[in-house]
Parts: sequence; structure tokens; C-alpha cells
Amino acid sequence: MSPTVADFFHNSFRLPESLAYLTAAVIHCVLIILVVAVGALLFIWLERKVSGRIQDRLGPTRVGGAFGWLQTLADGIKLIAKEDITPKDADWLLFKLAPYIGFAASYCAYIALPFADGWAARHMNTAVFFILAVLGIEVFSPILAGYASGSKWSLFGAIREAAQVVSYEVPLGMCVVVPVFLCGTMNLVTIGNMQAGLFTNWLVFNDPFTFVIAVVYFTCATASVNRAPFDLAEAESELVAGFHTEYSGLRWSFFFMAEYGSMFLVSGLAAILFFGGWHGPIPIGEILGDFLAYVVTPLVGIVAWLLSFVFKNVHTADHVAVAGHIANSLGCLNFLLKGLIGVTVMMWVRWTLPRLRIDQVMTTCLKYCVPIAAICFLGALGWRVADWTTGADIPLVGIHYGKGGRGMVRESWVEQTQSAKVAENDVPDAPITDPNASDGPTGSVEQSPDELLTMKGGDQ
Amino acid sequence: MMLLAAEVAPSFWHGFFFVFFALLTCGFALGVLFSNNIVRMAFYLVLSLGASAGLFFLAGAEFVGAMQLMIYVGGTLVLLIFGVMLTAQSRFISMKTPSGEWVLGVAVGGCLLLLLLSVAFQVKDWRTPRGKGGLSLEDSKTSSQIGMAFTGVRVDKLDQKNEQLAGGMSGYLLPFVIVSVHLLVVLVGAAYMARTKRRATATGAVG
Amino acid sequence: MIALVSVSVSHYLVVGAILFVTGVICMATKRNSLGVLMGVELVLNGANLNFIAFGSSYLRANSLGLDGQLMSLFVIVLAAAEAAVALAIALNFYNNHSTIDVDQASDLKG
Repeated sequence: MSPTVADFFHNSFRLPESLAYLTAAVIHCVLIILVVAVGALLFIWLERKVSGRIQDRLGPTRVGGAFGWLQTLADGIKLIAKEDITPKDADWLLFKLAPYIGFAASYCAYIALPFADGWAARHMNTAVFFILAVLGIEVFSPILAGYASGSKWSLFGAIREAAQVVSYEVPLGMCVVVPVFLCGTMNLVTIGNMQAGLFTNWLVFNDPFTFVIAVVYFTCATASVNRAPFDLAEAESELVAGFHTEYSGLRWSFFFMAEYGSMFLVSGLAAILFFGGWHGPIPIGEILGDFLAYVVTPLVGIVAWLLSFVFKNVHTADHVAVAGHIANSLGCLNFLLKGLIGVTVMMWVRWTLPRLRIDQVMTTCLKYCVPIAAICFLGALGWRVADWTTGADIPLVGIHYGKGGRGMVRESWVEQTQSAKVAENDVPDAPITDPNASDGPTGSVEQSPDELLTMKGGDQ
Repeated sequence: MMLLAAEVAPSFWHGFFFVFFALLTCGFALGVLFSNNIVRMAFYLVLSLGASAGLFFLAGAEFVGAMQLMIYVGGTLVLLIFGVMLTAQSRFISMKTPSGEWVLGVAVGGCLLLLLLSVAFQVKDWRTPRGKGGLSLEDSKTSSQIGMAFTGVRVDKLDQKNEQLAGGMSGYLLPFVIVSVHLLVVLVGAAYMARTKRRATATGAVG
Repeated sequence: MIALVSVSVSHYLVVGAILFVTGVICMATKRNSLGVLMGVELVLNGANLNFIAFGSSYLRANSLGLDGQLMSLFVIVLAAAEAAVALAIALNFYNNHSTIDVDQASDLKG
């Protein structure tokens, strides 16, 4: 296991273990808060600019120079200074707590989201599932806010919004399952790394069905974070704002922080699941591998050597790690860019498509998204089985650069076990749990049965 | 008390977060019990079950913890809150329990609690922590094992000597299928039952 | 200070027992049928916690293994089914009797 931030503090600064973990946790928290809060600042400004440009307006221009980039900050200060009103009929406890639930859920989901290879606050084996689960909790925020406001208007908005969000979780879950079974893992880091190479390796181009699934995923994600054209329950741009009608000031802005946080979250999830994660469309690193090996690595070596004066524990053998970190930072930029593109597309859609009626919203989910997702699920599964049985990847575009290691988990596991048994019969003493017993291809899926086997051994 | 046993902690934060989540779980469970407002009860239940998902994570059961958040908190409790709101007329929101029932309930429950607590510390194997060697901060990799077990292969029981059990009988394929069909039938049945077939008369059986 | 415990199965059992007893008292004392349902959820969750504790190799060397987690998954799924049916019954009762007080559900009393 690669060293974590906590290990770094423990080893380099000689902090006690518990303090090292605390420091690492605080750093992770602050970084994620930065992503959520700065992201919200940026996205709200971007939304105003984008909507302005689409409608042939200028958008904000004054605050902070020609682009009005400090507009959100000024709005934020205004919101903080505003009076925080609690209606007379409100259930004060739930009314005060409801905004934070949504924000906390949106924030918690970031824990499992990797921003680059292994750059996740908590490297989870069930990251996809965890993110979906935590996003599902967000629905309590509108329900409780609408109920606690003590107003019929809010309650109607809340029930509509909750019905919409809960319904759209069904097709969303089906869409997310497709990359999961294609890669054979729920670990987002592994899923991202399996799409390395040319952009034809991205799961969206894996087969026609995953392409459709990616579109359906994005539709459902837009609906589940209540963005236009599915924002009838709120419609804050034209109507009174649904479940948060009675909110004002800072609490109101927490709903929006949660919304923009979730927007980036689902876009980032789409980027990892379908669009190659932190890998660029062209593997520049691999193509220019020799160039990098001769020019960049010595540079990195010098940097590492300089660093070794500061941190005694950095050995020259850590060159590779440092180079990996540099590559990861570029990958992180890549990932952020992809997420940003996703968010921008959501804004683009918002100012292009008219809003759906509530019955049309439910029809889109139940009569279109669910069946399409189900059919594509089966189609992608069939495609994978065909791949598996014919033993050949069916090329879609013709170029397959470094694709491999995706397969049927259970079947490859069974095959692996059988070959291990054969090996065991040949060499009576070889334990079945020996991962070296089978020299299968070292693709990631072929590894996961090995992991299972070693896990079983290591657990005892 | 056992809880105050001042041993050297294998990992400070593991213990810290256990106590944190345990207090949240129990505290909000008591909140469910002692609150009279049905909507607040539902809210406390959400927090209690969410915190117990944290306990699952601490025990290394990542998949079950996420499942708890997804199905229990995100599904069942949303359903429950919908139910609460559909029936939330002002006279049902807070229904007081007669104090006689409180006394009886707490007395019986207290006895049950004492019994369970004494049992919990009976077995030596249960009350000895695993110690330094047992607490691994690595990811638990049980999710694929659980998936394989649901498809009938027990990865963790490979050294099963019994031929019949090793042949897949020790997996959970059949219960899994039964439970899926059961869930489907139940949901269809519930949706059918919950439809409003006729309006209640105003005089009804209200006491 | 109190955080310095090293966690064992017993500690999980204590939390599970508290959840279980709370749920039982909740079931016994609440008059709102949805309150009773919440009690059931607490009881099931307490049981789940015990399954997880016994199945966790983090807490005990010779643990139950995967079976604990699998059992708790079944419990979660069945609890979802149970909640759906119970809610349907409660709503039906509410539609027919305009109340959700469980004490009023005495039509079959001879």
C-alpha cells in the first residue's frame, strides 16, 4: 500500500500516530471544503456569465474587474448580513437543521471521490456505491425543510422534489451499475485507471450501449440534482422557490452550496465512470515516454534530491513517487476540467431547454429513462459476454490502445481457481491461495480474484 | 466499568469514532423513544440509523454500511417520512403516551437491557479486543466476496472440506433469489394496497 | 479518556442492546402506528449491529466471517420489504378509519 498523508506526517515530522491522522484528516477536510465552497463561488459566477452570454447579455461586469468575478463573493456577504427569519408556524429545530443535512450529504460524498489516481480523501473499495448512497440522503433536506417551514406551498414543493429525486435514483443506479460490471469493481480509482490510453478506451466508447447509458446517466444526474429542465419543484428563476420559499440569508445559501456541490459531484462521477477520469484523451505520457524518460526524470531526480535536504526520509528511490505525484497533479487538472465541462453542459442545457411539467418529469423517468437504462444494461452485458466467449475485443473504432483487463469477474475467478487447482495437483505443496500459482494476464480484473485469495489468506 | 478500561489503544481514532458514533446512535434512538412529535421521531431515526452505518464502517463492513445508507436511510426512511406526512394531521403529530404505559414499558425494557448487557460481557472472547494486530487501516475488500457469495461461490470458504458444501451450497444464491422475488412481490402488493380506494367517512371510527 | 477504549465485540453488543431495548419500548408505548414501525426499525438495526460485530475480523480473531455481513444484508432488504407493507397497511387503515392510532384498530374484537 502506498504511503498515505498520515504516514508522511508520522514518518517525516515524527508526529504521534493519532496526531498524524488528525492532521491528515484536517488537510483532507479543508481541501474538500475548498472544492465545494470555491466550486460554488465559481459555478454561480459561471452560471450568471453563461446564462448572460446565451441570452445575449453581459452578465455581471462590475464587481472585481471587467468579468465581475467577485460578484458571488459580494452576494455571499450580502447573504450573511441578511436577517435569518424563522416563520411562526415552523418547527424551529428541523427548520434550522434542514439546510445543513443537504450540505453535509453533498460534502460527505466527496470523501470517496478520487480527484486523480489514488487522490481520494478515503480510498474506498465501494466508492461508487458510497457516493450514490450518500447522495440519496440529500433528499431529506428538501423534505424536512418543506415540512418544517409550516407552509403548504413549501410542503408541496418538498413532496414534488422528493418524489422526483427518489424516482430518478432508480435509472441513475442502473446506469452506474454498467461501468461497475464492465470493470468488475466498485473502486473508482480502479475504474479510472482501466480507461488509461487513447480516448477510445473510455467506457463511453466501449460499446454503443454504454454510449447511450452515459447520456441517460447525465440526464438522470441532472434531474437528481434538481437542475433545469427538471427543476419544476424549485423553479427559482420564475416561480417562488418551492421547498425553500421560507428560507433567507445564510441558510438559503446552504441549499445552493449543496446543489452546486452535487452538480460537480455527479459531473465528476460521470467523468470517472464514462469519460476516462483523470486520463486525457491522448496518452501524451506514453507516446512521449522516451522523451519523458530522458528529460523529465532527471529533472525530477534533482527536485527529489533537493527535497531530501528538507525531508530526511525522501530517498532517491522516491523519484518514481515524485514523478507519480507530478503526473497525478496533471491528472487532477484533467479531472477538474472534465467536471467543469459537465457542469457547464448542465448550465447550457438549463438555458436551452424549456422546463418540463411535473407529470412530464415523472414520465421521462419512469417511461423513458428506466426502460432505456434496462435495455442498455442488458445490451452492455451481452456485449461483454460476447467479448468474453469469443475471446476477442470487438473493436468499435478500430484502435485499441492498451485496453485490457476488463472481463467477467466471476468467470475469470472460476477459471483462475481451476487453473490454480491444476497447478496444485502438479505441485502438491503449492497452497491454493498462492497468487503466483497462476500466471494469468496481470490486468486489473484478473488481479481482483487474486486479491480475494490473498485477502482470505491475509485475513486470518 | 468495561467502557473505561484504560488499556493502550491500538488506534486512538478508531476508539474515538466508535464512541462518537455509538453515542450518536444511542442518543438519537432515545430521542425517537422520548419524542412525542412524529416528524421529529422520524428525523432522529434517520440520524440514529445513519450513525450506526458509521459503526458498520468501523467494523470493516464497508459494503453493508453503504447498503444501510442507501436502502435503510435513503429508501426505507424516505418511505416512512412520506407515510408520516400523508397522515400528519395535527392531532396525530404528537400523540402522548399514558404515563402508566411508560412505567411498564421502561420497567420491562430496563430488565431486558440489564439481561442483554450482562450477557454481552459474559464471554471472554467477546470482550477482549483484537489488539494491535487485528486493526488494519487498509480497505476492507469484502464487497467482491459478498458479491461472489450472492452468486453462490464462497471465496472465504475455499478450504471447505465437505464436498457438497464446497460445491456451491455454502453460497447464498438461492436465498438471494428468493429475497429478490419476495421484495418484488411485496413492493407490488404494497403499492396495490396503499392506493386510495375509497375515502373515509368523516365520522369513521375515530374514538 | 473514554475514547481510549480498544473496541471489542462486547462494545458493539452494548450498542446493539440499547438500540434493541429502545425499539422494544418504542413498539410498546407509541400509539401512532408509524411510531411502532420506527420501533421495529430500531430493533432490526440493533440485531444488524450484532451480526456485523460477530462477523467482523477487525474485532475478533475467530469471527463469524462473511456470514455476518450477508445476514445483515438480508435483514436490511427484508426490513425494506417490511416497512413497505407496514406503511401500506397504515395508510389503508388511515384511509378507512381516519386515524392511525393503533388502539383504534379493534374491529375484529368480539
